Amino acid sequence: MLEAIGVDSIDDLFDEIPAHLRASSLEAVPEGMTEMEVSRLMHERADSNTRALCFMGAGAYQHHIPAAVWEITTRGEFYSAYTPYQAEASQGTLQLTYEYQSMMTALTAMDVSNASMYDGASSLAEAILMAVRGNRKSKSRKILIPTTVNPGYRKTAHTIVKGQQIELVDVPYDETSGTATLEKFKQTAEDDITAIVLQQPNFFGGLEAVDEITDWAHENNILVIAVINPLVASIVNPPGEWGNDDNSKGADIACGDGQPLGAPMSAGGPYYGLLCCKQALVRQMPGRIVGRTVDLDGRDGFVLTLQAREQHIRRSKATSNICTNQGLVVTASTIYMSIMGAAGLENTAAACHANNNMLVDKLTAIDGVKKAFDCSHFHETVLQLDKPAADVLAALLDKGILGGYDLSKDYPELGDAILVCTTEMRSKEDIQAYADAMQQVMAATPLEGLQETA
Amino acid sequence: MMLIFEHSSEGRKGAPQSPAERASTAAIPDNLLRKSRAALPEVSELQAVRHYTRLSQKNFSIDTEFYPLGSCTMKYNPRACNSLAMLPGFLNAHPLTPDAQNQGFLACMYELQSMLCEVTGMAAASLAPMAGAQGEFAGVAMIEAYHKARGDDERKEILVPDAAHGTNPATAVMCGFSVREIPTLDNGDVDLDALKQAVGPQTAGLMLTNPSTLGVFERQIEAIAKVIHEVGGLLYYDGANLNAILGKIRPGDMGFDVIHSNLHKTFSTPHGGGGPGSGAVGVSQRLKEFLPLPVVTKEKGSYRYMTTDDLPRSIGRLSAFMGNPGVLLRAFIYMRLLGREGMIRVAEFATLNANYMMAEAKRRGFTLAIDNRRASHEFIITLKNEAREFHVSAMDFAKRLLDLGYHAPTTYFPLLVPECLLIEPTESEAKEALDGFMDALEQIKNEAETNPELLHAAPQTLPVKRLDEVRAAKQLDLAYRAE
Repeated sequence: MLEAIGVDSIDDLFDEIPAHLRASSLEAVPEGMTEMEVSRLMHERADSNTRALCFMGAGAYQHHIPAAVWEITTRGEFYSAYTPYQAEASQGTLQLTYEYQSMMTALTAMDVSNASMYDGASSLAEAILMAVRGNRKSKSRKILIPTTVNPGYRKTAHTIVKGQQIELVDVPYDETSGTATLEKFKQTAEDDITAIVLQQPNFFGGLEAVDEITDWAHENNILVIAVINPLVASIVNPPGEWGNDDNSKGADIACGDGQPLGAPMSAGGPYYGLLCCKQALVRQMPGRIVGRTVDLDGRDGFVLTLQAREQHIRRSKATSNICTNQGLVVTASTIYMSIMGAAGLENTAAACHANNNMLVDKLTAIDGVKKAFDCSHFHETVLQLDKPAADVLAALLDKGILGGYDLSKDYPELGDAILVCTTEMRSKEDIQAYADAMQQVMAATPLEGLQETA
Repeated sequence: MMLIFEHSSEGRKGAPQSPAERASTAAIPDNLLRKSRAALPEVSELQAVRHYTRLSQKNFSIDTEFYPLGSCTMKYNPRACNSLAMLPGFLNAHPLTPDAQNQGFLACMYELQSMLCEVTGMAAASLAPMAGAQGEFAGVAMIEAYHKARGDDERKEILVPDAAHGTNPATAVMCGFSVREIPTLDNGDVDLDALKQAVGPQTAGLMLTNPSTLGVFERQIEAIAKVIHEVGGLLYYDGANLNAILGKIRPGDMGFDVIHSNLHKTFSTPHGGGGPGSGAVGVSQRLKEFLPLPVVTKEKGSYRYMTTDDLPRSIGRLSAFMGNPGVLLRAFIYMRLLGREGMIRVAEFATLNANYMMAEAKRRGFTLAIDNRRASHEFIITLKNEAREFHVSAMDFAKRLLDLGYHAPTTYFPLLVPECLLIEPTESEAKEALDGFMDALEQIKNEAETNPELLHAAPQTLPVKRLDEVRAAKQLDLAYRAE
């Protein structure tokens, strides 16, 4: 090969790089390992992570995933394929993505879905940018976001939209119900508002009064951005049906994290962001979209479409800089939804809800544990403790229970509060084990965890 | 092929994958409940498995075909990276697990940060960005934050060479900058005089890919860095082509202040039919305090996530949790398999393969976009002569290649070169694969002359023939609806 090129050594191929800039050896990179050695290292590290029973949600949920889902997803033909720009050689990925879009619109009752965004949080950021482009009646670039929206999502949205003169305004929640009420929206909305965000169920696991808030928003030419859990949407009123006014029914944009549909928790990802909208906003949609068309012989086939919105065509005038979608996770999710079916999703979601009710009943029967809010909950609930939340959680962890998410940083006004979550994965025995552990922890004086840290 | 929905039969269920009964939801008010069941397919598990297995077989992939897609670095994705990243101890880790219970994972992330810093010559890294474009966003946002923190509010412009990826200008605009394009010379280098004319007190920075998208190393990089730094701007490295120089020259040593690297290119995480990717960022000392969160640090022998308390001037979060950890684990495993000597071999063999193919292309009568330069890990053929003489396009060549069992190279990018094919073989491929591809390309060149119809009608052997993209965009059909 060197002869064909006309050089003496591989090193000659780098002779355009100034010699004084050439790298010396990469000291800080360890020497290579065999697969056997790496395997041992990774097993040790994986095993060192906790195996505590997970009662934590807060945006990532442990659900059962049928074995077939990732078996098929990691077939080399899906795993090692590129973005389907060469449509004829990518009909597998393209048809699957079209099926994904179809399933997601069915689940959300929205008109259009794209092929996915990075995660739920970045999807919310893009939904906000989309609303600002899409609401031509509004000039303010002002978005109302209740503090019942996942704090991680709000922070991410802030990071991503702040360069574009968009104002994100917090709407405080109602202290009794732990929800974003119409009254609070009205109090915050003084003038022209571009869009509002509503999370269903909200970060506290509570169910928002989405219908009346959606109607009010539409009466005032405000777009509604729904943040949803797509598994829960199999049971709870989907965003496309929010509102009582038939003339303006439905959220305008729906986003959320697809993780509950077949993606393992995996320390935070990869998940994917779902993003759906009404037909009228389709040309404001960021990211890839697959459409069905025909080939030269009139046979059905699938292509990436509306590419004139995207960065590789429009460059600085694109709807977003996004290029990648979370293709492989969407592959898993599509297979997951096919295997589960709507009935399977409903039964799973209902089990999460029922298990959480069971857990909350057992925990709130313990002295020093009470519910923070009186709204309906889906599968997460805020509990207030009369002992330091961090210490209680640490003591629970010692007993093999990952007991929930400490809210004291994000919501200091709630005092010692934790967000608990129960999915269909937790058996009656698991739930009893949590209740027993909590009983012991709350009864102990001083807290075992406290002793250690004192 | 039928849609999964068309296999559906009312009431059909798969193996028991969910609770048999629907538990009570009586505690939820009626008006908040869904009124009709979502129209998802109702199929058996076997039907789903067969359907998606068959769909997978309609894809080209690295595991089945040579995939010389320029600028995309379609190298082999070692299977160990997948199976070890999917160990239950990683998959079952909740992202908000207390750091003390997540040490195995955090150790991998910390070491990955360190290795990335070493191979790129940067002072610190964040693994938060979930794709190349988000890495770019983080990088440009840090440039913005840096100037702002110095009270330097007049820097409103980002410079981008005209050969750049579309994400570069799109990102700059998302961060609130205006974009000015800098022309490229015929030899592939940036027009340094034009750059000197363009810079000034308004310059926030320059985004540069090196080697460039034209497949050549930017030889004036030191002069470019000097021009940008002298006017107070910062230099951004788009890591799309890092594979070409891994272990040979480090962006930090070239004078770059901030970089992103596409772990799904250089560090072999799978492309997955369009993602997930990872666009880890690295920075020089002066940008360290602006890194996106979370970042993993090590104190007294244990690892933890840094927060805004540690980095109050961070540009913030880019995702709900930690970017794409499963992707990061795969990159980590790949890097540990390669080790330092393996990384250098990556650049050497990727470059050898590209230069060999370029020499072969020239010998077989193709026109190179840039002649008499070394190829980096990729090079460009322009088919403008064939287009003029035989009325065939680069797209026709691409489609005909599919018929011959090769994924097409990148076509019509970079936009500067007419009727181009951007070819990147990567280090993974053996000489036989490279020769096979060049034979196919030569065959198509001959066909273009003797039987151009064969090219226009291609592909003929794939599941579908050429698809009507205009119809797709005009008669939008974006979701199946039962009739």
